[in-house]
Amino acid sequence: MPTFVNPNKCDGCQALDRPACMYICPNDLMTLDKGLGKAYNQEPDQCWECYACVKTCPQTAIEMRGYADVVPFGARLAPLRGTDSIIWTVKFRNNETKRFRFPIRTTPWGSIEPFQGLADAKVEDVKNPNLCGQEKFLGVDKLPVVAQ
Amino acid sequence: MVTPETEVVECDILICGGGMAGCGAAHEAAYWAKAKGLRVVMVEKAAVERSGAVAMGLSAINCYMGMKWGENQPEDFVHYVRQDLMGLSREDLVYDIARHVDSSVHMFEEWGLPIFKTADGRYKREGRWQVMIHGESYKPIVAEAAKKALGEQNIYERIFISHLLLDKNDSGRIAGAVGFSVRDPKIYVFKAKAVICAAGGATQVFRPHAVGEGLGRIWYAPWNTGSVYKLMIMAGAEMTQMEHRLVVARFKDGYGPVGMWFLLFKAVLKNAYGEEVEKKWADLLKEWLPYGGGKPIPTPLRNHQMIRDHLEGNGPHYLRTDEALQAMFAQVQNDPKKLREIESDAWEDFLDMTMSQALLWASENVDPAKVPSEVVLTEPYLMGSHASGTGAWVSGPEDIAPKEYFWGYNRMTTVRGLFAAGDGVGGSAHKFSSGSYTEGRLAGKAAVAYIYDNPQAVEAESDRVEEVKKALFAPLEVYEKTRPLTTRGQVNPDAFGPKQALLRLQKIMDEYCAGQGAGYITNAPTLKRGLELLHMLRDDLSRLAASDLHELLRAWEVWDRYYCAEAHMRHMLFREETRWPGYYYRGDFPKLDDANWKCFTVSRFDPEKSEWVLSKKPYVALIP
Ligand SMILES: Cc1cc2nc3c(=O)[nH]c(=O)nc-3n(C[C@H](O)[C@H](O)[C@H](O)COP(=O)(O)OP(=O)(O)OC[C@H]3O[C@@H](n4cnc5c(N)ncnc54)[C@H](O)[C@@H]3O)c2cc1C
Ligand SMILES: Nc1ncnc2c1ncn2[C@@H]1O[C@H](COP(=O)(O)OS(=O)(=O)O)[C@@H](O)[C@H]1O
Ligand code: SF4
Repeated sequence: MPTFVNPNKCDGCQALDRPACMYICPNDLMTLDKGLGKAYNQEPDQCWECYACVKTCPQTAIEMRGYADVVPFGARLAPLRGTDSIIWTVKFRNNETKRFRFPIRTTPWGSIEPFQGLADAKVEDVKNPNLCGQEKFLGVDKLPVVAQ
Repeated sequence: MVTPETEVVECDILICGGGMAGCGAAHEAAYWAKAKGLRVVMVEKAAVERSGAVAMGLSAINCYMGMKWGENQPEDFVHYVRQDLMGLSREDLVYDIARHVDSSVHMFEEWGLPIFKTADGRYKREGRWQVMIHGESYKPIVAEAAKKALGEQNIYERIFISHLLLDKNDSGRIAGAVGFSVRDPKIYVFKAKAVICAAGGATQVFRPHAVGEGLGRIWYAPWNTGSVYKLMIMAGAEMTQMEHRLVVARFKDGYGPVGMWFLLFKAVLKNAYGEEVEKKWADLLKEWLPYGGGKPIPTPLRNHQMIRDHLEGNGPHYLRTDEALQAMFAQVQNDPKKLREIESDAWEDFLDMTMSQALLWASENVDPAKVPSEVVLTEPYLMGSHASGTGAWVSGPEDIAPKEYFWGYNRMTTVRGLFAAGDGVGGSAHKFSSGSYTEGRLAGKAAVAYIYDNPQAVEAESDRVEEVKKALFAPLEVYEKTRPLTTRGQVNPDAFGPKQALLRLQKIMDEYCAGQGAGYITNAPTLKRGLELLHMLRDDLSRLAASDLHELLRAWEVWDRYYCAEAHMRHMLFREETRWPGYYYRGDFPKLDDANWKCFTVSRFDPEKSEWVLSKKPYVALIP
């Protein structure tokens, strides 16, 4: 179900320094039609439907339409991603609807301090098999070793 | 055509690819590099926040021991991988990942990844090795940690790495990499003493089930184009097990993964007549002893049973989600709250990691609690992190690797200073997301150690840099030059676009190299004919035309896949046995042959002579 962009909602992310969908798409698909000032998917048959662009669009302008060579028309799947959870609305072809909410993160965005509380790396430790933060994170006292 | 400008970036360690392995490498290398003030740079062809196979999220972490609860030890994992891979894995590498992987998962949890818990506070298991996560934001979380560790100024996004560079005084040593921006006409030359190749596996080398608008709907990520293999092959690194592809059972058309359904929900695969495939074909396994006699049934043998049943005309094959969920509902006495929880877990599996499958269910009015879903086998993928083992031949860790497998630095390839991780490392499997991340960490630390020992400067041959720079933008020139030859660009007597080149490659691979359309079977004459066609395609790739930077990216991705295809075919031709029935069959050598082939296949490409040399390397059991 490649993405398509609702022309009534997309404003080309004029307020940002680049369109959000264009920034995020892992496959370089979302791009800006400079004449129209709106985004579009430049190669729909390479879309994985990863929803990265859908989730990030500030105007909720991007949706999926089932791959025309595979999927029957009429269903809809739309996310609403907040800071700690995501809500999915599934509308079936027969109009039945289901809604699900899942947590996505237990800490505030931007709060990771990767090496907090860890001692500084020592040059003499660089050749041993231990990884950084092992005492804190491995969960057992000694790194297992197999006899050679 | 605009002349591209060039930016030179100097660093000590260069990480190619910011996926799971790349982010792990960034984290670990940043930590150890600090002691000597080394500069670590990561280059990514997309945006690290949502790049690679985990871009859309995952619903499970498939590699976790649980040593802190005494659940599994690394030895147990080695036994499991040995069995699933039909005997052949680099057990030193497997063990090394297993003994470290828990620490990576515990870090993910501390950073904010929600992991399902049991009443007694343990991680909720989907299966013996798998834990369940609410993984929609798995990649953004891991990316945040990597960016913080490296510093934003050391991360280069939207740059596609196309070539590695070797030292001008020592062609066995790495000196950096070259890439181009997919946003501006700009070439980047990265000069580095060590390079970590972590650019993911290879998809779309084979023709998938849908070839129209649905071409990109495959199981593994369509943007994993096999750069990791091409880069290392072209640099002269030895590659191993390049024949050891992955073919897996997936929900039909949406390519939804099956693991959660088999392991957690205990769903059963049945044919159209209600017969259980595993039971019906139990005797088939006896032809593949000793592995056929062990548990769990190896992934290729499960495929093999399904293929046999299909050939007998018993399809469609259904995963009985309906029976599985009804049984679970009965267990909770149809308590509405618990029922809803089960339904939610069932949908979350796909809403976390293959939304297309959920959309397809909705499109076909499928309620998995009421009707079963069709399951088919995928086209082949080349990857080293699932139940398959393509990748570089690397050194193991000093403290456990047998002498045959150790040459100085953990995860270093046979090119000095060139490291690999994740899908890029061959012969060790079942790493999945957490193991790939962990392997990145191992390579990251080892790369720092390498630079401590080898601080002297390296320098790439300047002629080579110029040659690569010239080649990089050639498809844009071809486009400009050939455009006047036709009234409309599509059909041109002298050029073709990357899409047609890709489809031609996929057609050759599907038909000659045991693709899905060929029933996964081939033989020496068929492979040799395939190679002839492949070489004609290679010669034609100089006619690749790109109208813009997006197509230029696609053109170079075709080259990635081309080298993957050639390596794959040559390795398949070399291994004269059928080691993994259900992945592919050599019609001329239809049996497992432990006496001659319980060994690794290793290839080296000589770019100067354009020659491939294949050889065998011994398998050494790490533990009884
Ligand atoms: C649908 C699906 C479900 C899965 N389910 C699970 C699961 O439940 N649990 C689990 O643990 N694992 C799961 N996996 C497997 C897991 O995602 C992989 O094993 C893991 O991501 C491999 O790590 P990697 O770093 O090798 O590759 P990736 O994570 O794919 O990273 C490769 C990176 O390299 C970049 N890159 C590629 N080429 C270039 C280039 N030329 N220049 C610069 N950058 C480049 C890519 O953009 C990407 O960021 C699943 C995968 C998929 C697709
Ligand atoms: N029938 C099965 N029996 C045992 N293990 C299985 C089975 N199916 C899948 N698995 C395991 O379950 C996990 C998830 O597998 P998949 O669904 O195939 O892959 S995933 O990477 O997309 O999640 C892997 O560890 C895989 O080996
Ligand atoms: S769904 Fe994913 S692959 Fe498709 S356009 Fe959006 S970001 Fe790109």
